[in-house]
Amino acid sequence: MSEINQALEELGAYIEVKLSDDIESYEMKNGELILHVSLNSIQKVSQFLRDDARCLFKQCMDVCGVDYPEREKRFEVVYNLLSMKHNQRIRMKVSTDEDTPVPSVCGIWPTANWFEREAWDMYGVFFSDHPDLRRILTDYGFDGHPLRKDFPLTGNVEVRYDEEEGRIVYEPVHLTQEFRKFEFSSPWEGMTPILPGDEKATVEEGEGK
Amino acid sequence: MAETLVKTEDPTIKPMTINFGPQHPAAHGVLRMVMEMDGEVIDRVDPHIGLLHRGTEKLIEHKSYMQAVPYFDRLDYVAPMSQEHAFCLATEKLLGVEVPERGQYIRVLFAEISRILNHLLNVPAYAMDVGAMTPMLWAFEEREKLMEIYEAVCGARMHAAYFRVGGVHQDMPAGMAEKIIEWADEFPKFLADMETLLNDNRIFKQRSVDIGIISPDDAMAWGCTGPTLRGSGIAWDLRKSQPYDVYDNIDFDIPVGKNGDCYSRYLVRVAEIRESVKIIRQCIADMPEGPVMTTDGKVGPPKRGEMKQSMEALIHHFKLYTEGFHVPASETYTAVEAPKGEFGVYLVSDGSAKPYRCKIRAPGYAHLQSMDHFCKGHMLADSVAILGGFDVVFGEIDR
Repeated sequence: MSEINQALEELGAYIEVKLSDDIESYEMKNGELILHVSLNSIQKVSQFLRDDARCLFKQCMDVCGVDYPEREKRFEVVYNLLSMKHNQRIRMKVSTDEDTPVPSVCGIWPTANWFEREAWDMYGVFFSDHPDLRRILTDYGFDGHPLRKDFPLTGNVEVRYDEEEGRIVYEPVHLTQEFRKFEFSSPWEGMTPILPGDEKATVEEGEGK
Repeated sequence: MAETLVKTEDPTIKPMTINFGPQHPAAHGVLRMVMEMDGEVIDRVDPHIGLLHRGTEKLIEHKSYMQAVPYFDRLDYVAPMSQEHAFCLATEKLLGVEVPERGQYIRVLFAEISRILNHLLNVPAYAMDVGAMTPMLWAFEEREKLMEIYEAVCGARMHAAYFRVGGVHQDMPAGMAEKIIEWADEFPKFLADMETLLNDNRIFKQRSVDIGIISPDDAMAWGCTGPTLRGSGIAWDLRKSQPYDVYDNIDFDIPVGKNGDCYSRYLVRVAEIRESVKIIRQCIADMPEGPVMTTDGKVGPPKRGEMKQSMEALIHHFKLYTEGFHVPASETYTAVEAPKGEFGVYLVSDGSAKPYRCKIRAPGYAHLQSMDHFCKGHMLADSVAILGGFDVVFGEIDR
């Protein structure tokens, strides 16, 4: 295992030397190499990773988005690549927000096409130079990006067949019971100094009711 | 083939557009393909997917790690345990948990049974797409025998939830190993029978030889994995190249095709079934005695008997089934060689008891998007053969 790690470390150092302007940093996590790439260099870095003799990451296994609402650039686009020649995997990451488009890598790996469409559909990450950036998994005419952390699990609309109108109708979701989200942290670990409901006590005192 | 296509210059002639699906017996589920036809030749294919989208990834973000396992059965419902395998391996990697050796052998054993289950559906379904009825009827009987094995270990024929983080849920019942060996003795006879129906069948060969040829370079560029990649002559198998569990102790071969056409992919799948039987025999022979689930009480639930005696076991049980275990903040991309190709899980944890993000990389997703590329210039009827050769299941593509 350590040999594999060392080989990946060396690869990371090699890539950083070669593309020092385009790579923000690289790190090892769980024996996997992660490159943080600056947004506008993604195509250049991808091209390099695919064609350089020490990389040859000819297969793009997966492209996906991750949402971190608390960050300034809330979305991370993650590319998982595989090199069959060297039997290595690598991960590239770029950060973006709702408005900044990410250059598409469809021209480098044609398989990225649908994966980027999915990232657009699920997170609303926009890809520039994409040949066909339509929604892919959600309904025709769907509104919103369902995998964002602020999108409710139950969704916003529900459909049913309307007998009178003789067609499918879309209506806002009506829950007969509030969605039950259990936070199973134990009272010992999950307890905060202020318990829910504590604020009422101080308010009442202050107002002197 | 695309070069031979003569484009009509007359602007008054519009290409014919055909809507293939969403309900079509050869679509292997709910696939809608909008095809632009030039006569009977396909000009463009636009697959519309998502009709079976259930939001699995979103749901997993709201469930504990243990509750997430059954969602993986419902992805590729033809070979449920292979998917669970990927998720369990990913979570174990983040937790740093070791699975006992017997647990690893049982997992490999059932991953291979899943592979046979999958190929026993795909091969005859493909044969039915191109006109052969009998293999389907025969293979379903064999599938039923394997599902009985599933049922014996976990109580469910399909949605097993048998692989857990840290091992498998319970040991095989007494006499199960002998039953599996008995099955493995009889099964090759069925396989030989099925091959006599198909291998030299004139109609079957006319419909599949030289249809949908994928060159090795194309296969790499379009992200093909599994039998689709090996049919094109690339000997790449994650069980060999990046072995997980006990695959590195097991002796098996990787069958590869020569031409990269639908017939090669069929042959590769049949050869893979034979290899899987070989692996199953070795697993049964080499399997040591011992626990099947990690003995780390923070991850593996205690035995019922222990709970009656030990306070600690009772607390562990309560904690595991209410709160679940916490996974330290980290991330991993872990892939297994599922029957259809590389099935990967990109798992991000944030230190809580629920995954922060769980991206599922389904092999069929990449295969289906290459339909446009590989169908161009083929006849309409060939698109059905190409689709069948890719082995698509919409549970995993739509997620």
